[in-house]
Amino acid sequence: MPSRRAFLKDTGRLTIAFCLLGALPAAEALAADDPRPGSLQDNPRLNAWLEVLADGRVRVLTGKIEIGQGIGTAVAQMAAEELNLPLNRVEVVLAETGRTPDERYTAGSASIEQSALSVRWAAAAARQQLLQLAAKRLRVPAATLQLADGAVRTADGRQHLTFAELLAGRQLTGEVPADTVLKPKNQHQVVGQPLRREEIERMVRAAPVYVQDMRLPGTVHARVLHPPGPGARLRGVDEAGLRQAVPGLLRVVVDGSFVGLLAADEWTAIKAHDWLKPRLQWTAGPALPAGQALPEVIRALPAKVDEVARRGDVASAPATGEKSFRATYFKPYLMHASIGPSCAVALFDKGTLHLWTHSQGVYPLRAAVAKLLGLPEDQVHAKGVPGAGCYGHNGADDVAAEAALLARAYPGHPVRLQWTREDEHLHEPYGSAMLFDLQARLDARGRLTHWHMELWSDTHSARPAGQPDKLLPAQLLAKPFEYKRAELSGGTSRNSEPLYQIPNMLINAHSFAGPLRVSALRSLGAFGNVFALESGMDELAQLAGQDPWAFRLAHLTDERARAVIEEARRLTQNVQAGPNEGLGMAFAQYKNQAAYLAVVARVWVSPEDHTPWVRQLWAAIDAGEVINPDGLRNQTEGGLIQAASWTVLEQVQFDQQQVRSHDWESYPIYRFDEVPRVEVSIVSRPDQPPLGAGEAAQGPTAAAIANAVHRACGVRVRELPIRPWKLAPSSAES
Amino acid sequence: MEATTFTLHVNGRPHQVQADPATPLLYVLRNQLGLNGPKFGCGMQQCGACMVLVDGFAHPSCQLQVHRVGAAPITTLEGLTRPDGSLHPVQQALVELQAAQCGYCLNGVAMCAAGLLRQYARPDEQTIRNALFRVLCRCGTHERYIRAVQRAAELGASG
Repeated sequence: MPSRRAFLKDTGRLTIAFCLLGALPAAEALAADDPRPGSLQDNPRLNAWLEVLADGRVRVLTGKIEIGQGIGTAVAQMAAEELNLPLNRVEVVLAETGRTPDERYTAGSASIEQSALSVRWAAAAARQQLLQLAAKRLRVPAATLQLADGAVRTADGRQHLTFAELLAGRQLTGEVPADTVLKPKNQHQVVGQPLRREEIERMVRAAPVYVQDMRLPGTVHARVLHPPGPGARLRGVDEAGLRQAVPGLLRVVVDGSFVGLLAADEWTAIKAHDWLKPRLQWTAGPALPAGQALPEVIRALPAKVDEVARRGDVASAPATGEKSFRATYFKPYLMHASIGPSCAVALFDKGTLHLWTHSQGVYPLRAAVAKLLGLPEDQVHAKGVPGAGCYGHNGADDVAAEAALLARAYPGHPVRLQWTREDEHLHEPYGSAMLFDLQARLDARGRLTHWHMELWSDTHSARPAGQPDKLLPAQLLAKPFEYKRAELSGGTSRNSEPLYQIPNMLINAHSFAGPLRVSALRSLGAFGNVFALESGMDELAQLAGQDPWAFRLAHLTDERARAVIEEARRLTQNVQAGPNEGLGMAFAQYKNQAAYLAVVARVWVSPEDHTPWVRQLWAAIDAGEVINPDGLRNQTEGGLIQAASWTVLEQVQFDQQQVRSHDWESYPIYRFDEVPRVEVSIVSRPDQPPLGAGEAAQGPTAAAIANAVHRACGVRVRELPIRPWKLAPSSAES
Repeated sequence: MEATTFTLHVNGRPHQVQADPATPLLYVLRNQLGLNGPKFGCGMQQCGACMVLVDGFAHPSCQLQVHRVGAAPITTLEGLTRPDGSLHPVQQALVELQAAQCGYCLNGVAMCAAGLLRQYARPDEQTIRNALFRVLCRCGTHERYIRAVQRAAELGASG
């Protein structure tokens, strides 16, 4: 189990940033040698995590939300295992304020490491309490009793008490102690099994799974209209014209530059939106830096510099026979691009605001919305309901805040606000563009001696975190909230430090405030950092005249890192690249402390139009103890394909006035004809703690593809995405 | 436009609805018939989330105006489930292969697959990819979806 101390050490910068914002309980007050997961230390009461129901079933409460990662099944497996229950007798309640533990955000691949492990501890403590209760009642030593199937039995089976009989309507109480005895892993029967996610059957039966499917009695439908570009402000609304053109509107809400429309039926709301959109007049915001090379725009922005790592001396005098290397890499702004545009339902009823939201953090959202509306926090209730996959901080919080504003204007009715496709494409916070200047040196034997990286990035963390200013409508209101930029961002430097043994190293992170709205996108800075680092490693291997596998292994001492690389090599040992094809590999340990993952990409570059076709991706992953191997496989397959789409296709485009990537044609993502085949091999480590895995594939996939493209056609692409026009022969190195 | 009465044939049953004739079928199915299968994704026929079968052919419902549907039979994801509650081979295969992450695009995949298997009992991989071309998936579940359609073809052939 990762100790709290290790957690603090490795993510200290991020933790401090959140503490300054007041969103975290004082983490430093937690005992550093406490073996319990951090979420459990924050919420130590047993009944915060687990309730025993009258019918002997167990209800598990998690502060995380289901976002397609299968967390509900994983936490149910944990409880079923410790309590010897069949999985179908464990019910899971997902994030809801006032109901489940406050686990802040469902983010950072931390749901298993935090929530599922907390449930494991709570269920083990429940088992001990139930055995003690039974021992007292039956007047036998607890050690002679057996607990299974919702009851405690004596060894001879003659006496037995169900959980309900033992508790007689009470709940288990007290804290989950730090000396709780967990079931030995070699006795596990449920954990580690590829059990099915029950919600998939509900999905195929078209059950109401998503917030979009909620139909509360009396629901009214809402649409909003957003400024066309950052900083644009509303000059006026022709409400009379609108009402004449589209009769039947219940409310037209205008507050500053925030415009919302309410109608009893959805089609009326849509017609009103579509009539009004081209007729709204906006003042222009500051011009966006279009028409210039974005890397150079970024380099010229004012930036605050933080030292990420320093050892040895990167400026030491050159030695005889050494080789030096210098390259610049770039990743553009990327979208989360959820398939379902953000949606929320809000009801303002008797002074209390109820919110149904697919936000990744119901507690921080509650605090932020309470401040936005000027309500006490206890008069805001937020319940997590799944939406379409989000892959980070998309429009979920913004749409919830906007629904809340509209519900306040129309109390007593549930307001369902559905963003349009364009709302999501134009107004979600993107993943920041990043720029990397790498300088490295090899000694005469081809060993890396110097690594100097200067990287540039906007923040990767602009979640509301309990404050209203980062909610999209907050800056549009007649009385706006001033946007406060996060001062520190651990996400920028994520995976910037190589795991390779290099004696002299300097990494500096330049934080700028860029032209577009940004926040957390799956893997944060790791995607760009690993793309640069692992492209650089391939270029350096070439300079050293070494095989890329051997070159990496020669600089790696971590046995688990070496093992996933060896496994990826084994997976592809019989794969031969055909004409115009290349194989490329890359490796990273996510956050330098979570899952280890190595990728091999097979890419064919069309000799006619230079399109890079990613044919196949293989990944070897070590995520420590695996709770549900099929869940891990599914997440990793998805990460590979999504990252491949980012790598070869995606880039947010903008002109001087606004973002031009407003739909799926102007922001294409992979379609079924293009996606590679994927294969995942799990390096199982049942004796190790589970490691966060959901974002591990992002960075290595990008570099593996770039490395494969280089072998396929001789062109080294250092600026993502890898579009055909960057692979024309004139781009080839001599 | 004035609301008009239409008789839609959805999942094997006639339904009388009153709607502005220009209303896209999607909103009638979701809001008047209370169906969850077809989903709003883009409203521009670009993503396939709203896919239904019209006369057995997979077609997006987000721009199909209700007055243009006529008497054509409409099948939604709900309608793939048999009256006895058992699952269509496509639904069975999706569950068996655990082919979903967030599942928001699952409707589009299932409806395109059902339409495909009506025409081609044993499609090859390229045919499957072509049939699913109109559906966007952001979680990266494509590999499993393709395998699930292959599995559905096997189940359909044996069942």
